[in-house]
Amino acid sequence: MLLAVCSIFALSIAAPFLHRIAKDYCAPLLALLPGSICFYFISLAPRIAEGKPVEEKWEWVPSLGANLTFYVEGLSLLFAILVTGIGTLIVIYAGGYFKGDAASGRFYSLLLLFMGAMLGIVISDNLFALFVFWELTSISSYLLIGYNHKDEESRSSALQALIVTGGGGLALLAGFVLLGMAAGSFEISAINQSGPEVVHHSLYPLVVIGVLVGAFTKSAQFPFHFWLPNAMAAPAPVSAYLHSATMVKAGVFLLARLHPSIADTPVFVWTVSIVGAMTMLLGAVMGAISTDMKRMLAYTTVSILGCLTLLLGVGVESALFAFGVLVLAHALYKGTLFLVAGTVEKLSGERNVKHLGGLFSRLPALGIAGSLAAMSMIGVPLFFGFVAKEAIYEAALKATNMSGLWIAAMVVSSALFVAVAILVGIKPFFGPEVRELTVKKAPALMLVGPLMLSVLGFAFFFLPDLLGKYLIHPSSAAVIGDANIIVLKSWHGLNAVLGLSVLTIAIGIVIYRFLPKLGSVSESSFAKDPFGAISVYERSLAGVLRFGQWQASTLQNGYLRKYILLTICVTTAFAGIVFILHTNWKSLHLTFDLRVHEAALIIVMVAAVAILVRASSRLTAIVALGVLGYAVALVFMLYGAPDLTMTQLCIETLSVVLFVFVLYRLPQFIRLSRRRTRLRDAIVASCVGALMACLVLVASSEPADSHLRQYYSTKAYEEAFGRNVVNVILVDFRALDTLGEITVLAVAAIGVFALLKLRPPADTEGAA
Amino acid sequence: MKSIILSSATRLLMPLMLLFSLFAFFRGHNEPGGGFIGGLIAASAFSLYAVAEGVEQARRVLRIDPRTLLGIGLLVGLISGLPSVFKSKAFMTGVWMEQTIPGLGKAGTPLLFDLGVFLVVVGFVLTVVFSLAES
Repeated sequence: MLLAVCSIFALSIAAPFLHRIAKDYCAPLLALLPGSICFYFISLAPRIAEGKPVEEKWEWVPSLGANLTFYVEGLSLLFAILVTGIGTLIVIYAGGYFKGDAASGRFYSLLLLFMGAMLGIVISDNLFALFVFWELTSISSYLLIGYNHKDEESRSSALQALIVTGGGGLALLAGFVLLGMAAGSFEISAINQSGPEVVHHSLYPLVVIGVLVGAFTKSAQFPFHFWLPNAMAAPAPVSAYLHSATMVKAGVFLLARLHPSIADTPVFVWTVSIVGAMTMLLGAVMGAISTDMKRMLAYTTVSILGCLTLLLGVGVESALFAFGVLVLAHALYKGTLFLVAGTVEKLSGERNVKHLGGLFSRLPALGIAGSLAAMSMIGVPLFFGFVAKEAIYEAALKATNMSGLWIAAMVVSSALFVAVAILVGIKPFFGPEVRELTVKKAPALMLVGPLMLSVLGFAFFFLPDLLGKYLIHPSSAAVIGDANIIVLKSWHGLNAVLGLSVLTIAIGIVIYRFLPKLGSVSESSFAKDPFGAISVYERSLAGVLRFGQWQASTLQNGYLRKYILLTICVTTAFAGIVFILHTNWKSLHLTFDLRVHEAALIIVMVAAVAILVRASSRLTAIVALGVLGYAVALVFMLYGAPDLTMTQLCIETLSVVLFVFVLYRLPQFIRLSRRRTRLRDAIVASCVGALMACLVLVASSEPADSHLRQYYSTKAYEEAFGRNVVNVILVDFRALDTLGEITVLAVAAIGVFALLKLRPPADTEGAA
Repeated sequence: MKSIILSSATRLLMPLMLLFSLFAFFRGHNEPGGGFIGGLIAASAFSLYAVAEGVEQARRVLRIDPRTLLGIGLLVGLISGLPSVFKSKAFMTGVWMEQTIPGLGKAGTPLLFDLGVFLVVVGFVLTVVFSLAES
């Protein structure tokens, strides 16, 4: 399985080069890999249906609990097959969509990167590995939405998607860490077996918040739903793949996968159910009143995601069963409709449903695919969508709480779906011709995907036993256990559920008739920003930028003296507070048994400082500073630190050399500062000095940790073969620190060089 | 601003200083000294030369751009951490030769690392000094 993920990543890197060689034949070649991985996963199905999950473990950072562990049970298998199977068709479709585009190698590369990451999410067992893949999908989604990077709208939509899903990702990481702490393991399979441990843990509320925010942002649940319709700025294959069939389902997938360990509380059930139901209704209404094909499809996707969330909230066995059926049915018909919409747009340049009609004679194959998918979406018997609709009604009927409310919400949104399906899948082909459109011929590669998916949506109706046994039932068993077996049936006979289905279609057709009269709604402010979620997003984004500007102009103001002042003040304040609070004043003992040479040294130092602060020329100041430096070196010498002495002497000497070079270039030495500023500086300096003096005093009056000293002095010779403990610490015990320090040194040198040497010459400044 | 006294003195002092810097570098493991101090002394030698004979001349004597020294030093420091990795110990664990080299004592990766420190320090000081002197 690691091989599967890694081979997709490897192909992602190779794709641009392959594209340069194979040109338009590149896409079918690339599709071979996900295709064969898809068959590999299908071949695992019988084994998993027997209840034997497939596991694989690779150590990554074992000390942190982060490992590449893969664990494929029914739920993972269903998603893995969808990711690779639909991925294969999308890659082939992209071959037609980008035909003749020499730069599209980049597109395949990003698409495969996403595919690998998405596959990683659905088969990872380790929370950290899952999180890494999760973030990778956010990033690749950002790059794919912004694929037309010269378009302003694409870029801002991409950024919006990244900020919303990335922000949710941060919450998710926090949730994962807490979940791991609560359960005592970072492996999902182990967490799910830990029983009610997580639910009763004191961290549980935080775990739920983190995981839900992460899942809701990714799966575009209200109030984070707005990024998904905007993400339609992406090319059609991306919309069909990421923003309908796979990535947006990552959120609900995660909730389903963690369902056994975190779902068994009223908080979870109610939050998830209510958010799901609201999202479902909102998405359906918004979809029905939009006129842009891709936006309509995006909103209905939001609605389906809401429905999936609601099913997880309902949580009974038949709900989890319906979850699997709906995921599969939706991927098939929505994938098709996105591809159909994308093809129509590509060939005719039009994506407003009001202007489309009568295209069947010119695009017959596409028309068949579109109308098959639309029938499935409507829920007409003989299509797999019908089976899905029956399953969700069945689940809502069996819900323990508020069953009636959930059914009403489902019927309303499904009825709205009927209208959307007719508008997007049928009207463009069989409706009356609205305006003259020039339509190009469809490349064969662009027809494979839609036809295949829509035919499968038709064929699956007739294969309920097979699907139920190998895909759907294992997927719900993975979540809720094997208690009783629900058999997937295409036809339940005449019962309440069938009645609801008929009712749905009837209401849907009525809505379709009346929709044109609601045409003006799509222009209203409600339609653009329902419940103000977008404006909240925009205002908070503007707030962050304003804060950034404020702190940059206040703190990062470019005056070195202010940086130093601030740094010193903050350090002194914090160190001072800790020092005052935690010092045991009684243990301090001051001794004044100075020897003569020590007293002399102190007098020299004090005199040097006095001269330094009152100096009236730069040369005097430098000399005084030098005297101070050498005096400090002597202090080191007296207290037995020859290494420090040597270093200090060298540094002092080099400082003098540096001053010699710059002395004559500096402007005249005058006091520019005001009295008040100088007073402030004097106070700050005295505070720092006093603090340092006190710190040294305390440090020296505490009994030195002789253990440490002894450890180093013996180990230095025994293990590092050196008697100079200071140097042995520098180059052996703490070599990594030293490596960091010399790196800083190198960076500082480059900085100095850049400041002094890379200035534009003075005379060309005006021209530049 | 050329002074005959300074340049004659430098001619005598510079080899001595460079020798002393090597001495400080090699004795560092057992006595006060080491790569950092050695590097500072060597850098002082070249700085003195730059004062006496001009930066042009100093660069010519050094032969190699101090910025390149920075890079080489960092690289040497980094490489010295690698042998332990191949012996499947943690990065930067000291690895020592079995035999002692007559006159020098045992050699091992910490010495190589110290050489890296030495080069970076020389590179740093000279980059700063030369840049300042030329600006």
